[in-house]
Amino acid sequence: MAAVQTTGERTLNKLAIVSVLIVTMIFLAPIYWIVSTSFKPRNLATTVPPTIVFTPEVSPFVKLMLKRSQLREQPTPEEYAAAPWWERLVFDGGEKVVRDGKGEVQLSGYPSRFLNSLIVAIISTVLAVSMGTFTAYGFSRFKVKGEDDWLFFILSTRMLPPVVVAIPMFLMYRTFGLNDTHIGLIILYTAFNLSFSVWLMKGFIDEIPKEYEEAALVDGYTRMEAFFKIVLPEAATGIAATAVFCFITAWNEYVFALIMTRRDAQTAPPFIPSQVGSGLPDWTVIAAGTFLFLLPVAIFTFLLRRHLLRGMSFGAIRK
Amino acid sequence: MTTLTMTTLDPRSRAARRGMSDLAIRNLFIIPTIVFLIVFNIFPLLYSLGYSFTDFRASTNAPWNFVGLENYRTLLNDPFIWNNFAITAKYVIVSVTGQVLVGFGVAMLLNREIPFKGLITTLLLLPMMLSMAVVGLFWKLLYDPSFGIINYALGLGRFEWLSNPDVALYAVALTDIWMWSPFVMLLSLAGLSAVPKHLYEAAAIDRAGPLYTFFRITLPLVAPILMIAIIFRTMEAFKTFDLAYILTSQPTTEVISIRLYKMAFQEWQTGMSCALAYIMLVMVIAITNIYVKYLNKVKER
Repeated sequence: MAAVQTTGERTLNKLAIVSVLIVTMIFLAPIYWIVSTSFKPRNLATTVPPTIVFTPEVSPFVKLMLKRSQLREQPTPEEYAAAPWWERLVFDGGEKVVRDGKGEVQLSGYPSRFLNSLIVAIISTVLAVSMGTFTAYGFSRFKVKGEDDWLFFILSTRMLPPVVVAIPMFLMYRTFGLNDTHIGLIILYTAFNLSFSVWLMKGFIDEIPKEYEEAALVDGYTRMEAFFKIVLPEAATGIAATAVFCFITAWNEYVFALIMTRRDAQTAPPFIPSQVGSGLPDWTVIAAGTFLFLLPVAIFTFLLRRHLLRGMSFGAIRK
Repeated sequence: MTTLTMTTLDPRSRAARRGMSDLAIRNLFIIPTIVFLIVFNIFPLLYSLGYSFTDFRASTNAPWNFVGLENYRTLLNDPFIWNNFAITAKYVIVSVTGQVLVGFGVAMLLNREIPFKGLITTLLLLPMMLSMAVVGLFWKLLYDPSFGIINYALGLGRFEWLSNPDVALYAVALTDIWMWSPFVMLLSLAGLSAVPKHLYEAAAIDRAGPLYTFFRITLPLVAPILMIAIIFRTMEAFKTFDLAYILTSQPTTEVISIRLYKMAFQEWQTGMSCALAYIMLVMVIAITNIYVKYLNKVKER
């Protein structure tokens, strides 16, 4: 930018700023629509024209968590009065909460799918990042014959189309009884993220001066001690960024989860679309489920913002 | 791997004689990862390579027969498979072109002093971080002909996005453009900010016009990074499954991954699908090779 701007340039600049704001609004509109739909009463979710102004309510989130069935007969005023607030919200929607024989409230499929997503994403992230950090250190500090070829091999495993890998994995898992298990999905996600984690961590470790460890080695540290006490603390930021990227990838993954899980280990991404299935879907409940599912990723994106470029380019482009 | 030379540890250090040798540590750090990837990525691929020469069907217990290259011959002569590849190619071209135009365009707009630039950039990047399957599903509501917000905002009346076979692929590509333009934007911004300011100043002194400056300075210097973005997005779009699978079930949106999924897990033609997987794999490896070449080129700068 030249220090002195002509009037023409200044107008152009203003125009650019306005365009940026418009583009930002367009890009955020679908996300805004998810969030706003998740707070709408059901009858306002699919109106013509779309409802933009409304009184927000939490009933979609209540309905998301509970197992419900159609209300055959209206509850008596006494029943209605005795019901807790969340049950009344379900009554208001023309449905009732399903209870088992002992009168315990039954949960919908969503909480368990959300929990499965958490279990699988967290464990596979820990595995991929720890193995990746060790391997990255190995490649960064020691001479390895054919280093570039090995690194290319590692990267290439990430580029494989998931459907292609899924076919033989499905057959193998069937043989070993690993279909629809957490451990089966964890293995797949670890393998998928491992290559990414090696590449990203190698970039971070390459940036730590070798002299730090060499000084420690002279001081009588073993190589292992130097790695754990000098290198790991220095790489902490990189490890955290890598972990968040791996978590997001595993959290969002769809194809493997669709093929390898049915029920017990099913994660949220294949579950949420399966809710739309037949009939008129309740979009407010789907929006509520989507909103809760996207929330962690949105938060992580803000925490990660300085590392996004690096992560998305496999550590090749650094600022 | 065991016969490799090592950086020799400084012989002055006492640690060289205490604890594990560097060679042992290197192997301990690297080999488990390599083994893990071989067992869970390469071994399954060899397994499916074997199946690709058979008429195996995973849904039956019937014995399978070795059929040689028959599966490959059938697939390569099947006009329907070629149609799937043609759909995929169309999808790749439309969606990657869209992403480059939008992503690079927005990056050009953002590459100046703007209030709250950091916040705006992060907000713009949000779509690409979200789950394609889950957000893609929600686009079904956005595209709905009667109560969708898109028709309402654009004043399109009851325009059919997803149930019209001629439009559905473009609708899927549009959602993909929304999700992944931010990726192109992110990389373009990095490229743009790396263009030395003095080049622009020199151009201004020479009274070079904005078009000349753009084509002679900006574009050539951003090109390598932009190329990475294009190759990476091409590869991802080629593999695409989630969006098209969730948004529509039109035959005109059956990209090759969906065909493969159906062949393997709905028609249970396991042997045949393994062969198709291999045809796809060869194509992906070719694109990956180009990608890595460019990555290394950019790294050297």
